[in-house]
Amino acid sequence: MINKPMIHFNNVYKNYEQVAAVQGINIKVNSGELFGLIGPDGAGKTTLIRILTTLLLADKGSVSFAEKDVVEDYKYVRNNVGYMPGTFSLYQDLTVEENLNFFASSFGTTIKANYHLIEPIYVQLAPFKNRKAGALSGGMKQKLALCCALIHKPQVLVLDEPTTGVDAVSRKEFWAMLKELQAGGLTIFVSTPYMDEAEMCDRVALIQEGAIMDTDTPAAITAKFGQTLLALQGKYKQSTIDLLRTMSHVKNAFPFGDSIHITLTESGAKNELKKQLEAQGVDASSLKEIDPIIEDCFMDLMTTV
Amino acid sequence: MDNYVIHTENLNKTFGKFVAVNNITFKVGKGEIFGFLGANGAGKTTAIKMLCGLLTPTSGKATVAGFDVFKQSESIKKTIGYMSQKFSLYNDLTVWENITLYAGIYGLSGKEIKERGSALIKNLEIEDYATKLVEGLPLGFKQKLAFSVAVIHNPQIVFLDEPTGGVDPITRRQFWEMIYQASERGTTVFVTTHYMDEAEYCDRVSIMVDGVIEALDTPKMLKEQFKVASMDEVFLHLARNVVEK
Repeated sequence: MINKPMIHFNNVYKNYEQVAAVQGINIKVNSGELFGLIGPDGAGKTTLIRILTTLLLADKGSVSFAEKDVVEDYKYVRNNVGYMPGTFSLYQDLTVEENLNFFASSFGTTIKANYHLIEPIYVQLAPFKNRKAGALSGGMKQKLALCCALIHKPQVLVLDEPTTGVDAVSRKEFWAMLKELQAGGLTIFVSTPYMDEAEMCDRVALIQEGAIMDTDTPAAITAKFGQTLLALQGKYKQSTIDLLRTMSHVKNAFPFGDSIHITLTESGAKNELKKQLEAQGVDASSLKEIDPIIEDCFMDLMTTV
Repeated sequence: MDNYVIHTENLNKTFGKFVAVNNITFKVGKGEIFGFLGANGAGKTTAIKMLCGLLTPTSGKATVAGFDVFKQSESIKKTIGYMSQKFSLYNDLTVWENITLYAGIYGLSGKEIKERGSALIKNLEIEDYATKLVEGLPLGFKQKLAFSVAVIHNPQIVFLDEPTGGVDPITRRQFWEMIYQASERGTTVFVTTHYMDEAEYCDRVSIMVDGVIEALDTPKMLKEQFKVASMDEVFLHLARNVVEK
C-alpha cells in the first residue's frame, strides 16, 4: 500500500499582479512528518501556507489536505488545521485564558476536553493566565499562539515563521516543543528563514524566488553537495575573500562565522589552493576540508540552479 | 580626546519598578564593529534608544559622538545613522525619493544629495530601479539600500537593529561586506542580530542578560572564556537561565 500524503501541493502557481510569487510548486508531506519550508523572505513561503490554509486561492494547480481538495473542502481543512500565522494574531485585549477559551469555543470544543494536548506548553503560561495577551513577552505570546492553534485537536499544525525575530535560546526551546508535539503524532508543516533549523526537520524543501531548489532529508541534501568544501579559519579579511574569488579553482567563497567556506571547482585542488594563498601572504595553515551544512547547500543551489 | 565614540557609565533605565537597563558601562571605538546581543526582552532596544537620543536615561552617564545623551539628544540624532529591520524605507516612494528624503533630513545640500545619491545607486547597481517604487525592489536590495541611506551623511556611528533578519544567505553576506566597508571608512557600526554566525563577524560583542551586560569581548576571547567552539554556545550559556517575571 502506498502512503497517501497528508499535504500535497501539485504544480501550484500564484501571481500577485505582475509578480510571480510561486511557480510550479510540488511538495508532499507525509502523515506524522515534521516538514520544513526553508527560504528567505519573499521566497513564497507565506503564499504557500495561505493557499494550504484556505486563505488564498492558487492561480493554477491544486493542493490537497488529508486527500481533500483545499478549495472544495475548505471547511474540512479549517476545522482540521492548526494555523499559527507569522504575525501575532490573538486578541491583545483579552487575557491568556480568554483567548484560549475563545479559540476552543469557536471550534466547538472546550479547554478541558483537549487540555492534554497543550498541557506541557500551557503550564508555562498558567501563572499569567489573567494577563492580557498584549502585555506578554514575545516568547510567551508565541506559546499562547501555539496553544490556541492546538486547542481544537488539529491533524496538522501549520506554522508560518514561528521563530523569526526570536533569540537563539528561545528558538531552540520552540523547536523542542515542536519535536514533542510531533512525538504525540501530529504532522507539522513549518516555514523558516533560518537555515540551521533545517536540521530539526525530517524533510525540508529549500525555496527561493518562488521555486523549490531541492526537497529531501537534511542529511540527503548535504550528501548531494558533491563538491569539495574547504574552511579557512581565523579572523578573515575582506581582501582574502576577494583574492579567493579571483582564483581559478574557486567556485564560491563566503564568510561563515569565524571561517571562510570555499567551494572548489575540482576536487583535490586543496593543496594547490593552499600554495597559492601562501604565495599571496595569506596564512592558510588552518585550511581543511569540511562537510557542508544546509546553508552551504542553499547558497550553492542559489548560484547554480 | 580618545578614540572612543560611545561611552556609557552606569547607564540605567527603569520603567516604574522594572529595571530595563541596569547600570551598563562600556566603550565603543571609532570604526569598530560592535555586536550588541541579548535574548528578547534583555534590554537591548531600551539601551539603543537611549544611545540614539530617543529615550532619556534614568541615571548614569553616556556620550555618543561626544554628545551627552541627557542634554544633547538632538545633536546625537544628526550625527548618527539608524536602520531597523521593520521600518527603514517608504514603500510608496521611489528609490530616488527615499534617498532625497533621508539625505535631506540628514541635512545634506542639494548638490551633495545628487552626487552621493547617484554614487549610491551606481554602487548597488540598481539604476533600473531608481525611478520605481521601493515596494517592487527585491528584499535583499531593500536592506542594502536602507543601509546605504542610513550612512549617506557619513555618520560617525550607524545603529543597525537586526538588519539581516529573513534575508537570503548570500545577500546577508553581501550586507556584511557593506558593513566592513563602512567600518574601513571609519564609521562605527553598532549592530544587533539573532544570527550567531554574524556575532563572529564583529570586532567585539556584548551580551546582555536581564538588563545587565554579562559579557563583553572579542568573539575569540569569549569562546575561550566559556571554553566553547562557537558564539552560539557562548550565547546559550549566558542566556539560558533567564526566567519570565
